[in-house]
Amino acid sequence: MPDSPLVALAPGVSPVPGEDIHTPRPFRIVQVKREVAGVFTWKLAACDGNPCACRPGQFNMLTAFGVGEVPISVSGDCRNQGELVHTIRAVGPVTRAMENLKRGAVVGVRGPFGRSWPVDEITGYDVLFVTGTIGLAPLRPLILEVLARRQEFGKVVICYGSRGTHDILYEADLHTWRGRFDTNVHVTVHVAPSGYRGRVGSVAAAVRIARIDPLSTQAFVCRSEAMTRPAVDALAERGVTTDRIWTTLERSMKCGVGLCGHCQFGPTFMCKDGPVYRFDTIERLFGMREI
Amino acid sequence: MVQDRGLGPTLAAHPFFDDMDPVALETIVGCAANAVFRPGEFIFRQGEAADNFYLVREGRIALEIYVPGRQGGIVVETVEAGEIVGWSWINPPYRWSSDARAAATARVLTLDAACLRNKMEDDRTLGYELYKRFVPVMARRLAACRLRIVELATEPEG
Repeated sequence: MPDSPLVALAPGVSPVPGEDIHTPRPFRIVQVKREVAGVFTWKLAACDGNPCACRPGQFNMLTAFGVGEVPISVSGDCRNQGELVHTIRAVGPVTRAMENLKRGAVVGVRGPFGRSWPVDEITGYDVLFVTGTIGLAPLRPLILEVLARRQEFGKVVICYGSRGTHDILYEADLHTWRGRFDTNVHVTVHVAPSGYRGRVGSVAAAVRIARIDPLSTQAFVCRSEAMTRPAVDALAERGVTTDRIWTTLERSMKCGVGLCGHCQFGPTFMCKDGPVYRFDTIERLFGMREI
Repeated sequence: MVQDRGLGPTLAAHPFFDDMDPVALETIVGCAANAVFRPGEFIFRQGEAADNFYLVREGRIALEIYVPGRQGGIVVETVEAGEIVGWSWINPPYRWSSDARAAATARVLTLDAACLRNKMEDDRTLGYELYKRFVPVMARRLAACRLRIVELATEPEG
């Protein structure tokens, strides 16, 4: 059991009251955008025309009918309730099947589920985003909301890393955000061609030079579990304590509603108590190999 | 009239030389010089004698590895302002293990490593002061490199 109780975050929006949370709602694919290799983004609209409310950090269970269902984070602007945006990486049979679906196809959506990123709770703070590769997808709605409410926050810094210059996700968005006078964006790649003038190295190195006030910073980390701890350590070196670091964990989520137990993480269920966690509430669990 | 105080204050103020033995620092100052490299200019090439090391004051330096059969090298790391470039000077056979190229205009302090190597043989305090500072840099970069391997192995493409 963790020493401190799980933070009672704003729980986020729930599925429409009265709706069967076990039955997928039909949604039509209105746009398919190929991002980097093996990654694509869907824009979805509900077949019944009802709004699609969700909060940054939440996820939906997406169904490719006849194939299967997977949890996918929301990755669009949650203020636009007329459409759902999901960025998907084709890695298994369900997502590979999804990759072959075209505009106009109908898919199923259950959700939204899970706790959302805290936005109202962090006003007044500097905001630092630390992510890499497809980790930017679950953070994108939060970035969009923070930038839409820019005057409510201090400095905004985005530290993003990718393998190479060929697989930078949402590159156009990164250029747009970097072009703002009130936002700093650090992009780093692991490898680059000779003559490349940008930064090559780890995201942690970018964190070390980010211009923030560490004592007044809320940091949002979205990386693989293996890289979350190094990111937290880099933040701690700067003086950002774990009670001001938020992360998202997604592991083996199947039902999305805390019933099947597949996503159990110590005393919590990632689909219900997460996927967004304040890091100090799970810090002890994070070091345990058995879970 | 502006008084030229030399590079002593610049080196003394740099975090890398923080709290250094004053006599050792004075020796190092005697081996230091300013240099500027234009974007794309090579600072050193893989295999050449490692007779200097560099303290980046401004700009960015890219470390490149030559890959046979591939046009141009691969940039494996960039070094930013405030950091040190080069530790091959301290390890036999004192040959650079990569190319270093200015990714942007780079203003550096060049330290004459060949001169310092000789002095370190006679002045063990100087040697200790430099090893004490370089070993953590090497350890940090090795740890970062290992983490990058983990990242490449565990984080998906895209």
